[in-house]
Amino acid sequence: MNNDSTPMIWDFAFTFEVMPSLLQGLLVTIQLTLIGYSIALTLGLLIAVVRRVPYVGPVVHFVMEFIRTTPLIIQLVFVFFLLPASYALPVFGPVPITAFTVGVVVLGIHYAAYTAEVYRSGIEGVAKGQWEAARALSLPTTRTWGAVVLPQAIRKVIPALGNYLISMFKDTPLLFAIGVAELLTRAQRVGSESFRMMEAITLVGLLFLLVSIPSAIVIRRLEKRYAAV
Amino acid sequence: MPPSDTPENTTAPGVGDGVADGPLIVFDQVVKRFGDLTVLDHLDFDVAAGERVTLIGPSGSGKTTILRLLMTLEKVTEGRINIGGEPFSHMPKGSGLAPASESYLRRRRKSIGMVFQQFNLFPNMTVRRNIMEAPVNVLGLSKDEASARAEELLDLVGLGDKIDAHPTQLSGGQQQRVAIARALAMRPEILLLDEVTSALDPELVAGVLDVLREVAETTDITMLCVTHEMGFARDVSHRVMMFDEGRIAEEGHPDQIFGDPQEERTKTFLKSVLENGH
Amino acid sequence: MEFLQAQLPRYLDGAWITLQLTFGGAVLAFVLAMVFGIMGTVRSWLLRAITTVYVEVFRGIAALVVMFWFVFAVPDMTGFELEPMFAAILALGLNVGAYGAEVVRAALNAVPRAQVEATVALNLSWFQRMRLVVVPQAWAQMLPTFGNLIIELMKATAVVYMVGILDLTAVAREVRSGTGETLAAFAIAFVIYYLIAQVLIFGMRLLERRANQKLGRTPPSGGGIMSLLRPPSVGTQVGVAK
Repeated sequence: MNNDSTPMIWDFAFTFEVMPSLLQGLLVTIQLTLIGYSIALTLGLLIAVVRRVPYVGPVVHFVMEFIRTTPLIIQLVFVFFLLPASYALPVFGPVPITAFTVGVVVLGIHYAAYTAEVYRSGIEGVAKGQWEAARALSLPTTRTWGAVVLPQAIRKVIPALGNYLISMFKDTPLLFAIGVAELLTRAQRVGSESFRMMEAITLVGLLFLLVSIPSAIVIRRLEKRYAAV
Repeated sequence: MPPSDTPENTTAPGVGDGVADGPLIVFDQVVKRFGDLTVLDHLDFDVAAGERVTLIGPSGSGKTTILRLLMTLEKVTEGRINIGGEPFSHMPKGSGLAPASESYLRRRRKSIGMVFQQFNLFPNMTVRRNIMEAPVNVLGLSKDEASARAEELLDLVGLGDKIDAHPTQLSGGQQQRVAIARALAMRPEILLLDEVTSALDPELVAGVLDVLREVAETTDITMLCVTHEMGFARDVSHRVMMFDEGRIAEEGHPDQIFGDPQEERTKTFLKSVLENGH
Repeated sequence: MEFLQAQLPRYLDGAWITLQLTFGGAVLAFVLAMVFGIMGTVRSWLLRAITTVYVEVFRGIAALVVMFWFVFAVPDMTGFELEPMFAAILALGLNVGAYGAEVVRAALNAVPRAQVEATVALNLSWFQRMRLVVVPQAWAQMLPTFGNLIIELMKATAVVYMVGILDLTAVAREVRSGTGETLAAFAIAFVIYYLIAQVLIFGMRLLERRANQKLGRTPPSGGGIMSLLRPPSVGTQVGVAK
């Protein structure tokens, strides 16, 4: 950090110099988001369905509530510290557990706690008559869920799920806490090496806006389209 | 005031001055369009001070729009409205007229009150505060004065015991009577009544109309009333105007309009109202 | 148990910092949400444009990045260093305030048009209309989402350990490195976070209930204060991203 009290002037040469590294960080950020989001979408759906199972449901609900009301960052740090650096799988042998893996999985689980609630509201929104019709046709449970309930439920909650994609993207800087080489981590590294934190952090903010504002517009369009149906 | 009371001596008093000569409200070639739809079509009419006018006609004929223009809830598309001899829809600017600004409207509409079809009481306030807020905040009354006024008016509308109730605890008829008291608390010179009984259950209509009859008999407030209650219109109004497609189809004394309508449209309309049980 | 007894005071100190950050951030966020939310409903396009810029920028960038910017970039730019606690509250407030502004705007716009017309008929000014009628009525609608936001805010405070503030998460990390007890060190912090959240949820529901009573609405189930303990899940309002 620069501590003499004269204001610094923006250094464009430095900006161009660190851009490739930052863009690579952005790429990691996007990877994290997409993988984490896939976990959140599938796990959330699973949880939403399991929540309707007697006895198991309330327990799952409590766990999810716990995850939702405690900070993501401490969950990340905790899991990162708790797990060993590698895990010995049968057949495959030891598999390294990287910060990236921990980050993406914890991110996915944390958000699954949210998407599960979104799915749940969608499932509860499916008319009772739909369940009754499925029963009247003697559809097996898997078909009732797979062909009748879930397609209707998911369609309604697509915009809400989309919002969580953006939220997740914006939360990825938290993975700095466990040293995943995403955008903020890289910026912090190059910034502190060269004493140019101003440029480094400002660029992080701008790059985030560059992605999040257009995606917010897309989601809003999506919302309008699905609201019209 | 000049001794001779000829129309030529008409000055331009403000609404607050109690207009002695000349009409109070003047619609001058007023046009109101919503997009392609013409609701009022070059409308001309006057209302004298203290006059009670009932506006009837099929829905969509523009009656309610007239009240909403007077309450400044809508703006005229063309033409002009004058009140008390001064421009109302417009304001003097230089030598000509410009569309009225918000602050001009605020000054000019102070003496106009309105009662709505859906009452529009404020659910976040008790009955007392519903009535008190505007006198305190707009007229600058003290809280005690405004509260006394609220009590007095609630007695008038027969709801003295409901003063600390919430609007949601009242029946529709009671809410509407509170809404009338709220409008009267501003001591308006012009009172606009927009289908005030249309949203009420049939058994509650009489109570509200009785209150309005009382107001008509005991005050000289100028009233413009859109209603389907023909008995009420006949009892209280000096004049009935029949509207159709944004124009006045026929107007006259209530006895004439209800007893001996001239226009075919008026006859058809009155017949349909009677058949629908109003 | 001994571990808990020995370490609990440190955790409580950390929790106190977490609460201060939550409270400070919430006050700032509330003020910003109200100001920008109301600005988002006015006729002037300039004021609305300013609101849009504020909302999109601070919703688009994580509080952590904004906090780093205040702590690391601002001294470079101005020569002045910000107190970390101040920078943290500023970043958290600006972030949550941007979400709150959207909530306020939507709630104000949802007040029925007829209510506004009634204020015109009574000749109330814009300011009186807002203060007496529109904001009080929108209030009940804002509260449930505000409840979710304050939980998100409380959770977001955990990032402050990265700028050297000794909050609950920082304590958990320190205790772990001091004792080597990863599970116990973090479990205590998790439980405290969970309890803080439950208290906040309870408090917000109390406010909600009062607001609804003011509008003459009573909860459908009736019920005493205990009915507030079994609410639907938090943080899950559809359409309101965290």
